[in-house]
Amino acid sequence: MPLNVSVVENIMSANDRLAQENHARINAAGVFSLNLMASPGAGKTSVIEQTLARLSGQLRIAVVDGDIATSLDADRAAAAGAQASIQINTGGECHLDAVMLRGALEQLDLKQFDLLIVENVGNLVCPADFRLGTHKSVLIASIPEGDDKPYKYPGMYRGVDALVINKIDLLPYIDFKMDFFRRGVEALNPGVMTFPLSCTTGEGLEQWVAWLLQNVKHGT
Amino acid sequence: MHELSVTQSVLEISLRHAQQAGAKRVTDLYLLIGQLSYVMDDSVQFYWDMIAKDTIAEGATLHFQRVPAEFRCLDCGHHYPVDGENLACPNCESTNVRLAAGDEFRLESIDIETAEDSDVHLKEQ
Repeated sequence: MPLNVSVVENIMSANDRLAQENHARINAAGVFSLNLMASPGAGKTSVIEQTLARLSGQLRIAVVDGDIATSLDADRAAAAGAQASIQINTGGECHLDAVMLRGALEQLDLKQFDLLIVENVGNLVCPADFRLGTHKSVLIASIPEGDDKPYKYPGMYRGVDALVINKIDLLPYIDFKMDFFRRGVEALNPGVMTFPLSCTTGEGLEQWVAWLLQNVKHGT
Repeated sequence: MHELSVTQSVLEISLRHAQQAGAKRVTDLYLLIGQLSYVMDDSVQFYWDMIAKDTIAEGATLHFQRVPAEFRCLDCGHHYPVDGENLACPNCESTNVRLAAGDEFRLESIDIETAEDSDVHLKEQ
């Protein structure tokens, strides 16, 4: 007779354990860390560039870039003033996981930094399932993607600590119902902090940068 | 998608629990997957047949139990399914709601054969 053995274990538990180790390591070095997620083209790298332009004078910032191929984004981060930029090529994987971030952390002397920005692979589905061990998860939505994204990608909108709404300078040209968008966000992630901004005009970046600074200064 | 890493995780967890229970063979796995966890049953079974080869879980059958996503309204207590179009409470239109079910992603249990079972098989043969 076969015997039924109770397991009741989260399937992502192996990744979650490694994420906890990453978290302990980042925390011990006193660095504040972000996991930036978004669909391709939402403006992750642009938000990082604008953040670096405003903060690289006051903070020591490291950027870890996840992409399926190329080091274009890490190069852009370095050019924009990141003191260290590490490229992780996932070789086809559609997300970063805790093991990949651990590999990148081993290449960084974390104590040398105040802020660590991890740019995830452009994807609105998979990165939500893989915790990395950063302090905050941030989703960058953008106006051209459309106002229905919270409804179509609830997993991603549910799990984040802050939401950037990028490219608001395009609102006059695109049929994007902000009320409809925000109702979806509110149902999935009540009270989540939002930062409507434009990397082109600079509008709203001040609040985003202030939030980052506050998190860095008040410790983790 | 990431079905391969998911399948590797399932294999690691099931082998660990099977070993603890003194299993000689794992025959069935019971997975509980919420509607909001994106995973394709067929691809997981496909990867399973490849990576479980030469382990005690080779040839095991994966059973997927799906859990529909459901919201609970904090204002009026109403439970309702997630229909994708309107996430607000259909009863009172509040968006003060919480996910009550649908994000499960667990290996619930496994069926195993132990050494004694194998002995029985041998005797029968």
